[in-house]
Amino acid sequence: MNVGHKKLLREHFGIKAKSDQYIIALAGNPNVGKSTVFNALTGLRQHTGNWPGKTVDNAQGSFSYQNIDFLMVDLPGTYSILTNTVEEEIARDFICFAIPDVTIVVLDATSLERNLNIALQVMEITPKVIVCVNLMDEAQKNRIVLDLPGLEKELGVPVIGTSARQGIGLDKLKEVLYLAVKEQMSFHPRQLQYSQEVEKAIEQLLPKIEQFGLSEYLNPRWLALRLLDSDQMLTRKVCAYLSANSEGDIYKEVSMAL
Amino acid sequence: MSFVPNAMPLSQLSIGSSCTIAEIGLNGLLRRRIQDLGIIPGTTVECLRRGPSGDPTAYVVRGTTIALRKEDAHLINVFPI
Repeated sequence: MNVGHKKLLREHFGIKAKSDQYIIALAGNPNVGKSTVFNALTGLRQHTGNWPGKTVDNAQGSFSYQNIDFLMVDLPGTYSILTNTVEEEIARDFICFAIPDVTIVVLDATSLERNLNIALQVMEITPKVIVCVNLMDEAQKNRIVLDLPGLEKELGVPVIGTSARQGIGLDKLKEVLYLAVKEQMSFHPRQLQYSQEVEKAIEQLLPKIEQFGLSEYLNPRWLALRLLDSDQMLTRKVCAYLSANSEGDIYKEVSMAL
Repeated sequence: MSFVPNAMPLSQLSIGSSCTIAEIGLNGLLRRRIQDLGIIPGTTVECLRRGPSGDPTAYVVRGTTIALRKEDAHLINVFPI
């Protein structure tokens, strides 16, 4: 973690991580038990407040496992990270620009169909995603049978079933987190394939994104997709964050090009 | 809004009945949001109840209840079941 990035974390996200702490983001739909997972892992070692400049709660907590320290950040519950509510903006910006070491996406086992949307969206931004299928106890009550190994194969990232209220599955989650930050686990997140026209347009944009050296900061494919969306809010953000983070004057050139 | 044969606006669905989505005539952020909630062509939607003044209306989509304003639901075309 370079100095510029640390400053960015502190000023834009209110994150004060120690240098040996791994940053873990916790994302997911509302009411899937994200905060239950968060509380179960971090216990009382929490710090709560607001996101800088926003009236949205921000909770951070720390825990250690096998002598590794983690700083966990509970993101606001959102259905998507593309539209522009303040909560979604915070969740997206954090995953995009704060570059957490691992992002855990918490899903509701009783309505996976609706929940997988955000998992796929996060997997488009960052490869290091762990899917935590929570509320397994509720699913069992409703006689829903889940093929987690199958889901893991389909998604290409680790999938862990938990019942955070009962504390079930959390040890496994910690173990996978540990393996993930120790680079002892491989991530091959499934990438959505778009229509031929869109894929072609992405291909045309990619060299330009590479040319500016943007792929060092952001997933180039994802940025190409957002450019195609003509998401101007995001392109402005990209420039702002680059200017805070980069050493050179890339952001000036980039803002001209965008 | 384009014309889909046999389709009607979601806002005209009566309480207790179901439909499948034919087409979403919304644009921009709202369209994205509707899609994020799982409302895409082919999705089954049930009309649950209406607010006191006839608006908004609660719909059950993929196991979750969501409320839509009449003006927005009017732009979503559905096939009644």
